[in-house]
Amino acid sequence: MTPATQLLLTTLRQPESIRSRSLAELDLLVRVARLASLEARLYFRLADEQLLDELPERPRRHLEAAATVAGRQHEMARWEVSQLHQALYPRGIPIVLLKGAAYVMAGLPCARGRLFVDVDILVPRATLEEAEHTLFANGWMTQGYDDYDQSYYRKWMHELPPLTHIQRKSVLDVHHTILPPTARPKPDPGKLLSSAIPLADHEDIYVLAPTDMVLHSATHLFHDGELENGLRDLVDLDALLGHFGREPEFWPALVARAFEMDLARPLFYGLRYAQAFLQTPVPEQVTNDLSRAGPARPLRPLVDALFHRGLAPHHWRCDDALSSTARWLLFVRSHYLRMPLHLLIPHLVRKAVKKRMQDKPQPVLELPR
Amino acid sequence: MNCVVCNCWNPTPSTVSRPAQQALRHALGGTGAVIEIGPFLVRLRSRLESVASAVALHYEGQLLAPDTPFCDFHVRLDRTRGIRSRWRPLARFYLDETSPFKPLPLSQAYPLFEWGLNWCIAQHGHRFLMIHAAVLERDGHALIMPGAPGAGKSTLCAALSLSGWRLLSDEFALVELATGRVTPLPRPVSLKNAAIDIIAGHFPSATLGTRTHDTTKGTVCHLKPPADSVERAAETAAPAWVVFPRFETGTTDRLVALPRGQALLRLADSAFNYSILGARGFETAANLIDQSECFELSYGNLDASLGLLNELSASRP
Repeated sequence: MTPATQLLLTTLRQPESIRSRSLAELDLLVRVARLASLEARLYFRLADEQLLDELPERPRRHLEAAATVAGRQHEMARWEVSQLHQALYPRGIPIVLLKGAAYVMAGLPCARGRLFVDVDILVPRATLEEAEHTLFANGWMTQGYDDYDQSYYRKWMHELPPLTHIQRKSVLDVHHTILPPTARPKPDPGKLLSSAIPLADHEDIYVLAPTDMVLHSATHLFHDGELENGLRDLVDLDALLGHFGREPEFWPALVARAFEMDLARPLFYGLRYAQAFLQTPVPEQVTNDLSRAGPARPLRPLVDALFHRGLAPHHWRCDDALSSTARWLLFVRSHYLRMPLHLLIPHLVRKAVKKRMQDKPQPVLELPR
Repeated sequence: MNCVVCNCWNPTPSTVSRPAQQALRHALGGTGAVIEIGPFLVRLRSRLESVASAVALHYEGQLLAPDTPFCDFHVRLDRTRGIRSRWRPLARFYLDETSPFKPLPLSQAYPLFEWGLNWCIAQHGHRFLMIHAAVLERDGHALIMPGAPGAGKSTLCAALSLSGWRLLSDEFALVELATGRVTPLPRPVSLKNAAIDIIAGHFPSATLGTRTHDTTKGTVCHLKPPADSVERAAETAAPAWVVFPRFETGTTDRLVALPRGQALLRLADSAFNYSILGARGFETAANLIDQSECFELSYGNLDASLGLLNELSASRP
C-alpha cells in the first residue's frame, strides 16, 4: 500500500493522528477521501472523537460540506422509502431494503456519513412483475435502456434495469436476489427473505438479518467489477462487523450462514481485507473456519496483490506501477464470476459493437455558465 | 493586434512581466499554479498555451506561491490523447482524477476551465447558500442579480463593475450561512455574443481576453476583474437589493417592485444548493429577502438600466 492509502486508512482507524498532520498531508487526505467517497465518513469519525476543531479551517470545510450532502441524501432516502411503502404496501408486496438505505433506515452506525444516491430493494421473485407494474403506475420507470439491455437484465441479472422516478429523478434498483442467476454461487433469496427483520416503525419494510447483511455487503464487494467505491464498501463491512460482532454468538452464526448460503468465499475475502486495511477485529476461530473457503494457499499472495491495489482509492497518489493491471484483472475476474464464458463473450461483443456503431452522446452534466 | 482566424479584436497584451510569465508557465506545466479566488484556492495544471495566457491576463493579481500547502480544488486541463485527437484536438477538464464533462474543442480550453470551476464550487461550497447570480457592491450594500442565461445579467454586471460598483461575482452569490453576508468571488466576467462589443464599445479601458468562437453559448469573451475587486476580496457585503433582470429588445427600461414571497421563490429556484441545505437554506434565503428590496428589471438599453440601478443605490445612504 502506498503512503497516500496509508494516510487515509490511518486517519480512519486512529482519528487522533490528524493532530500531527501538516497542511500538505491534509491536502492529500481530503483529495483521496473525496475520491473514495469517504469524506463525510471521515467527518463523523473526527466529530465522534471531538477532533474537528483540531482540523484547520480549509480542510474542515470540505468535510463539513460532504457531511451536509450526506445528510440531504439520507433525508431523500427516507422520503423515497416512504413513497415506496405507499406504492407497494397496498399490494401486499414486502420491501427489504439493501445497502445504504437499509443502514440509514435501521439507524446502524455505518450509516453515519455514508454517501449514496440510489435506493436498493429486494422483493420476492413471485411479486416482481406486480411490483414493477405498481412502481410504473407510481412514476418509476426504466429510462435509456434499449431492448437488448432490457432483455439482458431480465434474463441474466438479479435485478430489474434501474428505475428512475419521472418527477424526482431518483434511481431505484429492484433486486429479486443478491447475485446474478448465472453466477456460480446460488444463495437462496427465500432464506434471505424469511430471516429479514422488520423495521420498528414501518409495516412490511424489512432489512436483512445481521449475518445476511454482512454477507450481502461482502458479496457485493467481491463480485462486482466496479471497485471504485471498494474502500467505502470495506469501511461499511468493518462498521457492520464492529457493530454486530459485539455479540459473541454472531460470529459462529455468520460462518455457518456463509457456508449455508454458498457465500463463504466472498466472506473470506471480506474479513481478510477488512483486517488488512482497517484492522477489523475478527476472532481467530472464524479465520480458521473460513480458511478452507479461500483460494488455494499458493494463490493467496497473488490474490492479495490484486485486491490490495484494487481496493485502494483510485487516485494516482494511491497507485503503484501495477495498479492499473491489477484493476483490469479484477474487472475481468468480476465478469468471469458473473457469467459463464459462453454467455459472457457474445454479450461483451455485442456491447462493444453497439458502442462503436452508435455515436450516442454521453449524458452531459448541466454546467452553470 | 487582430486575431488571425476571424480578424476580431484581440486582447491587450498582459501587463505581467516576462520572468513572471515564465514562472507561471513553469508552474502550470509542473506542480501547478495556485490561484486565490475569493474563499477558494485552486491549483491548476495545464500545458495548454491558451490557458496559460488567459490565466496570466485575468488572474495576475491572484497568483500565490506554487508551494502553497493546501488547495481546495486540484484542477487539470489537458489535450485528450488517442488517435482521434490528431485531427480533432480536444481539451478535457479534470478535478483531481474525475472528469465530469465531455471534452471540448481545444480552442475552448480556457472557457472550459471557467465552467468547470463553476461546477467545482457548486459541488463543494456548501458553507454558503450559492445562488446563480451576479453580485456587485456599493457603499457596503450588495446588489444581487439572479438570472437565467440570456437575461442580461453578465452584461449588466460587467457594465456596473466598470462604472463605480465593486464586482463581487458574475456567477455566484455566496451567502454565508452563519452571517447572511455575501462573500466576494472575484473572477473574470463571462460575456457572450453581442454583449462583448457592447462592453468594448462603452468602456474602451476594459481589459478583455481572447474571443472563443462556436461554443455552445456562441462567442465567449472574458472581462478581467477590476483590480479593486481583487484587492478587496476579503470584504464581505450585506445584501440590500435583489433585482431579477429580463432582457428584451426595444423594451422601456424600468424597475418594478416584486412581492417578497415571489422573490423568495425565484431566488430559491436560482440557488444551486437550496435543497441540499434544507432548513438552513430556507432560513438564509428568507433572511436575505427580508433585508432586501426586491425588483424585476425590464432591460432594453444598457445606459438606461445602469441609470436605474445607480438611482437605487443613491436612494440608500
